[in-house]
Amino acid sequence: MSVVEVPLHAVAHARAGDKGNRSNISVIPYLPEAFAALVEQVTEARVLAVFAPRGATAATRYVLPKLPAMNFVIDNALEGGVNSSLGLDGHGKALSFLLLGEIKVRVPLDCIPVHSPYREQPAG
Amino acid sequence: MTTVHIGCGAGFAGDRFDAAVPIVAALSRAQGERFLIYEVLAERTLAIAQRLRRENPEQGYSPFLDVYLPLVLADCHRHGIRIVTNMGAANPLGAARRVHALAKELGVRGLKVAAVTGDDLLATLPEAQIRGEQVIEGIALDSRPIVAANAYLGAAPVADALATGAHVVLVGRTTDAALSLGPLMHVHGWKPDDLQHLAQGTACGHLLECGAQVSGAFFPDPGFKDVPALERVGFPIAEVGSDGSLVVTKPAGTGGAVNRMTVIEQLLYEVHDPCNYLTPDVVLDLGEVEVEEVGENRVRVSGARGKPPPPTLKATVCVDAGWLGEGEISYAGPNALARAELAASVVRARCQAIGVADEVRVEVLGTGAIFRGARRDRNAVVPATAFGEYRVRAAVRGSTRKIAQQVSDEVLSLYCSGPAGGAGVRQSVTPQVSTASILIDRNKVRPQVTVVEAS
Repeated sequence: MSVVEVPLHAVAHARAGDKGNRSNISVIPYLPEAFAALVEQVTEARVLAVFAPRGATAATRYVLPKLPAMNFVIDNALEGGVNSSLGLDGHGKALSFLLLGEIKVRVPLDCIPVHSPYREQPAG
Repeated sequence: MTTVHIGCGAGFAGDRFDAAVPIVAALSRAQGERFLIYEVLAERTLAIAQRLRRENPEQGYSPFLDVYLPLVLADCHRHGIRIVTNMGAANPLGAARRVHALAKELGVRGLKVAAVTGDDLLATLPEAQIRGEQVIEGIALDSRPIVAANAYLGAAPVADALATGAHVVLVGRTTDAALSLGPLMHVHGWKPDDLQHLAQGTACGHLLECGAQVSGAFFPDPGFKDVPALERVGFPIAEVGSDGSLVVTKPAGTGGAVNRMTVIEQLLYEVHDPCNYLTPDVVLDLGEVEVEEVGENRVRVSGARGKPPPPTLKATVCVDAGWLGEGEISYAGPNALARAELAASVVRARCQAIGVADEVRVEVLGTGAIFRGARRDRNAVVPATAFGEYRVRAAVRGSTRKIAQQVSDEVLSLYCSGPAGGAGVRQSVTPQVSTASILIDRNKVRPQVTVVEAS
């Protein structure tokens, strides 16, 4: 089985929510066989590195193997939050897609759903 | 075993106005006790409602009451579907009187309406005491006047209100989950120490509280995860047994989807530590939850565990935070990015020249503004000959309305005083609220149920 490097978007879906100046982003594999690779590669340090340029100071990861899913809580990711941000997206609703696009993972090709557009362009 | 059906007709103030109609049709065909809930109170909404109430003591309930309820009130009453909603906002008693007035207009007879109050701390505690409580999140409560301060009530008062036989229950600030858990405690007789059942009921409420976010909305990513007929997305219905068994589904014939993916996304939405989700009723532990497709658009959620709730309640305190002023203008065609950047620099220079002291952000949408500095290619060079389409946006949080308007007007003036081809100006100037979350001893908060008679 060939191993490919692809954006997290090829392997997982995600949803972002806000509370104050904290963002939480769930990361859920399309296929359960991708979960181990995600747990190994999508670390707190890598997630924090994505959001640090926006001012984030910490990322905490919670792993839920039964779902399976991960939940990231990112402190100070929202430029103050919806009550004080000068940005267009004070809730950080789009941040799930920042994470999915910025994090690259190396996975066996069969961790990508058969009908995914990334199967046609595995280099992403 | 008794099964309770709970449908959710709105997940925020502004949700689709007629979303509950297919839910009411589905609930009218279901057996057993049935409820329709609407969740319309964001953190800041209560500050706006509190202001309206000060201007007129009959106001201060959600203006969406008059949007949502006229469409369903008669059918709900005819079929015995009871309504539970936080449209009471800053004035649950006023909301209850408005429901009676609506019933009269619609020819609905014999409606019993109850209101839950006691969440409004300004009504029961001295301001100095509220300021003295521990702030766990948000701004410091300095000397700025408090506009609203509301504790998050739990499900017990909602259950008490239903025990009066009310067909419609209006609450102000409760947890969103209480809108579902209250009916479940009432029908199933779950007690406050029945933690495993309360955990499943809280999970149910959490899954329903954002409306169609669990049934296929806020979800589609075309080519990757698609749902049919998003424009007719079905809002969710939960079926909850007296043993805590929980199935999430949606009305037949509606769009959207209920599957493992939609349910797991919503299960973790706005959750921090999934093993310690604090509510006034129970500390919810999602660590062992399993999510299983048991039929078409039917998902079973099991394994939520409960721990005793904390001795404190969370309360949200709102203070005035000036005005948000925004203005936007577009540039399109060859060299659009350079014209947009010139426009942005003009606005920055003008704000400085006229002495705007508050921080002004001027950004070009289309260059990574949403992700703000977190995209690698944010400085990508676009050739001057390339077609483009960019939108310049200026924003300020001004201490006065005048400052907010001035910054917004600097974008407007670009029509005749800016770069070539500036188009499509939009402006907005809106009052702002800041919030702090505090913890308050639950013994200081006394929920009260009032049956409100028709006048």
